Amino acid sequence: MSAELSDLYQNVILDHNRRPRNRGRIPTANRSAHGDNPSCGDQCDVFLRLDGDRIAEISFEGSGCAISQASASLMTTQLKGKTTAEAEKLYGEFHEIVTSGHEPEEISDLAAFAGVHAFPARIKCATLSWHAALNALHGDGAPITTESHTD
Amino acid sequence: MSAPPAPWDRIRDQFPILDQQVNGHPLVYLDNAATTQKPASVIAALDRFYARDNANVHRGLHALSMRATDDYEGARSRVAQFVNAAAPEEIIFTRGTTESINLVAASWGSANLKKGDVILLTEMEHHSNLVPWQLIAQRTGATLRYVPVTGDEGLLDLSRLDQLLTPEVKLFAFTHISNTLGTINPVAELCARARQVGAVSVVDAAQSIGHSPVDVRALGCDFLAFSGHKMAGVTGIGALYGRRALLDAMPPWQGGGGMISHVDLFESRWKPSPERFEAGTPNFGDAVGLHAACDFLDGLGREQIQEHDGRLARLAYDRLAEIPGIRIIGPRGERGGLVSFAFGDVHAHDVVTFADEDGIALRGGHHCNQPLMKKLGLTSTVRASFYVYNEEREVDALVASMRRTIKFFAG
Repeated sequence: MSAELSDLYQNVILDHNRRPRNRGRIPTANRSAHGDNPSCGDQCDVFLRLDGDRIAEISFEGSGCAISQASASLMTTQLKGKTTAEAEKLYGEFHEIVTSGHEPEEISDLAAFAGVHAFPARIKCATLSWHAALNALHGDGAPITTESHTD
Repeated sequence: MSAPPAPWDRIRDQFPILDQQVNGHPLVYLDNAATTQKPASVIAALDRFYARDNANVHRGLHALSMRATDDYEGARSRVAQFVNAAAPEEIIFTRGTTESINLVAASWGSANLKKGDVILLTEMEHHSNLVPWQLIAQRTGATLRYVPVTGDEGLLDLSRLDQLLTPEVKLFAFTHISNTLGTINPVAELCARARQVGAVSVVDAAQSIGHSPVDVRALGCDFLAFSGHKMAGVTGIGALYGRRALLDAMPPWQGGGGMISHVDLFESRWKPSPERFEAGTPNFGDAVGLHAACDFLDGLGREQIQEHDGRLARLAYDRLAEIPGIRIIGPRGERGGLVSFAFGDVHAHDVVTFADEDGIALRGGHHCNQPLMKKLGLTSTVRASFYVYNEEREVDALVASMRRTIKFFAG
């Protein structure tokens, strides 16, 4: 396997794909959003229970490739307990990782997605769940699609 | 088996694109159902046209325009012959299958459909033979009805046809060969059944036109739609075959130059078919490429192409079926030149990414067949599709790559 491909399918990603965390619908969710990647057919629903401005609980449901599923799973582990502003900052870091391949200075599981940058067609897979989560946070219930933004 | 006829010798040499490495491996191009590669003769025909004859067609009184018009109308005659139409006027050039079907929906549909009428489709239709009918149904008040697919073996459940093909059905549209299942539908039988209830038949020939003989009069269809780029021709051109009597009675669907016989400020009169349906400057350059593609395919023989592609697809089916955990959809026996499959929870896009690493071009996804995927309980499949230049060793490469990929994800 090439270095690029083994960077893309890192153990962290394979693990989250095989054993997704926080999968399913939170019964007490007070926010949710749906995301679509029409060119792939990938779908992702994110459910939140917001306590004030803080994410008390977060989960996802969806279908798609290993990158999209692992990204959604890992995202839920990273966003739990965060405020909206903290979640946006984290997405900024994640976006930088998947588009540039530069790993952040502090140790982060998100760095597992650095390999995505070598496969530009897969960036949308990695960011779909994040867009759905931010949409849910902003309380905009409108479905989002990866066609409506650039990545 | 006897030696193949001359044009099959060194066939790969006739496709310049095949001579390349992808990710350090010789390119194995198995995405032919999406688009086929182009032989040197087609590329040369375009080159020759633009280097010598290019000018706008029709009404031209100078030498180049007359040559370009001859080239364009020559292409129409060649395509008419290719599908055995009764006359060149039964061939309308379009951008491809999708536009051809939209033309029938917009023109024939708007003039003939009304509330209470039924459009009969099948559950295996590509979105291009589904969405245009949804649009015209919404506009006219007609409703849609579907012939079911039997499940993983991917056949139309024809036992339901008596119940579905009632006198309210005004149009029956179906695919010749399914782009997802590889199923070859009994087109002549379906057209005959449509005729019995007075319904018009529309055949989506996108996946059959370049792979098997297509004879509109033997099939008995009213309309037949196809694309040039899936038959060794270039992108941007395709055609609609329509039976002359139907075309003559149909209104224009787009207005503009080239399709009128007379224009006044408040009304105009139309030319007959095919001009009536070709508003604006037509795609004559690519029509020349389509002409060359027809010549190329007839040089190989369409029965021989069908036999070649079908044999590789059946071989791939049998070899892939040996992989534990694989689920192959579509009929096991006779099938078009493609095979579509899934591996448990492993998503098709991950499989396709791994195959690309081995230099193998596959397609993964819903193949513009979302309702069928939903029915089969799948979100995506991997599809390998074959053409004239593919070889058994490429089936071997596919199977080896799939085994490696599955091992990795099963890990």
